[in-house]
Amino acid sequence: MALRNKPVDVVIVGFGWTASIMAIELSQAGLNVLALERGDLRDTVPDFAYPKNVDEIARSARNDLLQNLSRTTVTIRHSKNDIAVPYRQIGSFKPGEGVGGAGVHWSGVHSRVMPQELMLKSHVTERYGANFIPEGMNLQDWGVSYEELEPHFDRFEYVCGTSAQAANVAGKLLGVPGGNEFEAPRSRPFPLPPLKDPPTSVLFAEAAKSLGHKPYGLPAANASAPYKNIYGCQLGPCNFCGFCSDYGCINYSKASPQTAIIPALTRMPNFAFKTNAHVLRVNTDSTGKKATGVTYLDAQGREIEQPADLVVLAAFHLHNVRLMLSSGIGQPYDPDTGSGVVGRNFCYQLINSVNLFFNKDIYINQFIGSGGVGQAVDEFYGDNFDHGPLGFIGGGVIWGRQTGNGPVRGIPVPAGTPSWGSAWKKVATDYFLHSGRIESQCSCMAYPGCYLDLDPTYRDSYGEPLLRMTLNWQDNDLRMSSYVGDRLMEIGRAMKPLSISGRIIKPGSNWDTRPYQSTHINGGTAMGADPTTSVVNRFLQSWDVPNLFVLGANVFAHGIGYNPTGLVGALAYWAAANIRSQYLKAPGPMVPT
Amino acid sequence: MTSGKRQSRRRFLLGTAALAPSIAIERAQAQDAAREQPKEEDLALSAPSPATPATADYKPGYFTPDEWRFVLAACDRLIPKDDIGPGAVELGVPQYIDRQLQTAYGDGGNWYMQGPFHDAAPEFGYQSRLTPKEQYRLGIRAIDGHCRDQFGKAFADLSAEQQDGILKDIEGGKIKSDDVPLATFFSTFLLKNTLEGYFGDPMYGGNKDMAAWKMIGYPGVRADFTDWVDKARRYPYGPVSIHGQRG
Repeated sequence: MALRNKPVDVVIVGFGWTASIMAIELSQAGLNVLALERGDLRDTVPDFAYPKNVDEIARSARNDLLQNLSRTTVTIRHSKNDIAVPYRQIGSFKPGEGVGGAGVHWSGVHSRVMPQELMLKSHVTERYGANFIPEGMNLQDWGVSYEELEPHFDRFEYVCGTSAQAANVAGKLLGVPGGNEFEAPRSRPFPLPPLKDPPTSVLFAEAAKSLGHKPYGLPAANASAPYKNIYGCQLGPCNFCGFCSDYGCINYSKASPQTAIIPALTRMPNFAFKTNAHVLRVNTDSTGKKATGVTYLDAQGREIEQPADLVVLAAFHLHNVRLMLSSGIGQPYDPDTGSGVVGRNFCYQLINSVNLFFNKDIYINQFIGSGGVGQAVDEFYGDNFDHGPLGFIGGGVIWGRQTGNGPVRGIPVPAGTPSWGSAWKKVATDYFLHSGRIESQCSCMAYPGCYLDLDPTYRDSYGEPLLRMTLNWQDNDLRMSSYVGDRLMEIGRAMKPLSISGRIIKPGSNWDTRPYQSTHINGGTAMGADPTTSVVNRFLQSWDVPNLFVLGANVFAHGIGYNPTGLVGALAYWAAANIRSQYLKAPGPMVPT
Repeated sequence: MTSGKRQSRRRFLLGTAALAPSIAIERAQAQDAAREQPKEEDLALSAPSPATPATADYKPGYFTPDEWRFVLAACDRLIPKDDIGPGAVELGVPQYIDRQLQTAYGDGGNWYMQGPFHDAAPEFGYQSRLTPKEQYRLGIRAIDGHCRDQFGKAFADLSAEQQDGILKDIEGGKIKSDDVPLATFFSTFLLKNTLEGYFGDPMYGGNKDMAAWKMIGYPGVRADFTDWVDKARRYPYGPVSIHGQRG
């Protein structure tokens, strides 16, 4: 029989970025808030302190900060007629675990969104006509506008100490080098100036300019200077240590829940959190239209009921979607009939990634770097270019980042190099200091055949069904990726390397779950204006259970090409602000159905 | 647990002091490193447990004597000592692998290892029920068996050219076993772990004296490049290890 805790006003599932945002905003409103984290406690000291943290074997070879897949994972297949098999080892995506979640080991690229992406169906229809949308693409608007989200993008940047040069402040183009001329209007400049550019980024920007592009410095949530944020949390300047993605931050520089929110949050007497608390389901009353709280397993495996007036799903994407399915909230998507919404619009970015190998007089020093630093071009992003003659929707950001790399993480060698022996050793030694990577990160549209549901066979260590991914690259996105990949290669060649090798996703490519790609998994509980094609409304409130809010990239209606954390954070602030300004005054549906 | 950690660190410190560098400049560096050595209490706070660097008299804890001969021979071919730099064996890579197999990794500790197990296309990743320990046990047995069938000798007793030929054929999927996917064993375990040990921090047992880092110009865990990020020149300082050794 389940134990029962004392009721709280708000129970939040997870304790990463979105949970921390929602927790501090609702705690500030005076509510009693409890966050339940399935992993363990993690903080800068002792967990990310130097030198413990800068350990390539522990962090990158053994993935000790990432989700422990022995407890729970997902299954994957390319199409619904295949048998899905488990994602047994970390590969193309890296879910986090523990306090801070994926906000601990992310890189820090802190983009917003292009306004047109939030109303993509309307935008494409207006510019190219309804017939331009390929048959079998679930294109839809998100139900919220960039203008509505702008204060929340701004707030999240001022929490993170985001470092970049603004280009468009309140509609006025500043014309300062390093800003992104395609940038949507922002209400004020970034809180910190840009980081220094490492060699890969310098060469990338020069090459991009030579081709007539307008390179800009990526917004980085890696502080370029000491910074105290709006909660009084202090960040220190990034020292380009080279241990960023896969790692916690040794310098309090990379914005994370630990560095930017939790120190202020845990001082509030009306906030509490529990670790090793694995939420199994959201409980509802007999009507099924009101959440009564959640049930979780504690560290000892005891089943515990936590009653709450308001439930917020703020775990990583995969766990949020699984909880909706295992709790029976919202109609599960049925790929045969196209009906239902939970699991629909599952998307995953396509990434082209190539290594450039330079002459020995060109020092890249790839061991130096910061997760968010880099130069990029947006000429082929979103709808910044004319898609009419190209016949596809979407695009990608092309960048020359230098995130920091060490030899355990892999020394890139030119294609055709033997993988061992003296011949390999010579090439690896020749190029370690003289190679760099450039990439294009592309959007992914939603399709009827790409979805999430519960696996009929495989279970996690708690006895619950695994989430099943059914996804492969689709024609529109493959043609887009190929086009953007060609532009990437043009820039790469203009950087004048001796050779280039890597991976461009083109028609005929399948999703390969082995090499790391990105953890930018989107959709499954899409937001929108229409309950027949979305799970949550524009305030991220469940259409079916109004005292349930769902945060995370799972609310994206399609996969954007930018890094999602900026949008994920802004949407969490947007939801929190509307809970405070509207919902708490009149609990109930915030959008009529 | 705690006392075991302390003991192994004490061995590490004794081992460092006992090494007698033959030329003056190395001795000066060693003394410098000894001065830089953090207090044991500090190490206890900051360092992970498998903390003994490569030693010549290492006794394997997982591998049998025959398996150990295979691992030594295979590592010596995967990264041979040559005019480019040190070999895997002299840097302690076999020791690294043996120790790693005695951590949770050896049992696939954070992998999903529940069945059923299906053959799937390669892009779905590892789908075998075999743990790393079992991969090595069955993989080495199969390779030595193949070598005995073909040459009448175990892998370790073949010539370097014969060994290279066998490893190439395994990597290329030309030598198969009913018990273990040998190409997977080669790429996902034997070669991958060899590279990890060669380039990993010396506290894990390989990369003795950070020699692999010196070879490629990697400064180890210095982890502070504020003044060098925009230089695009050769970084002037040698490597530092997690335990504060300098090279």
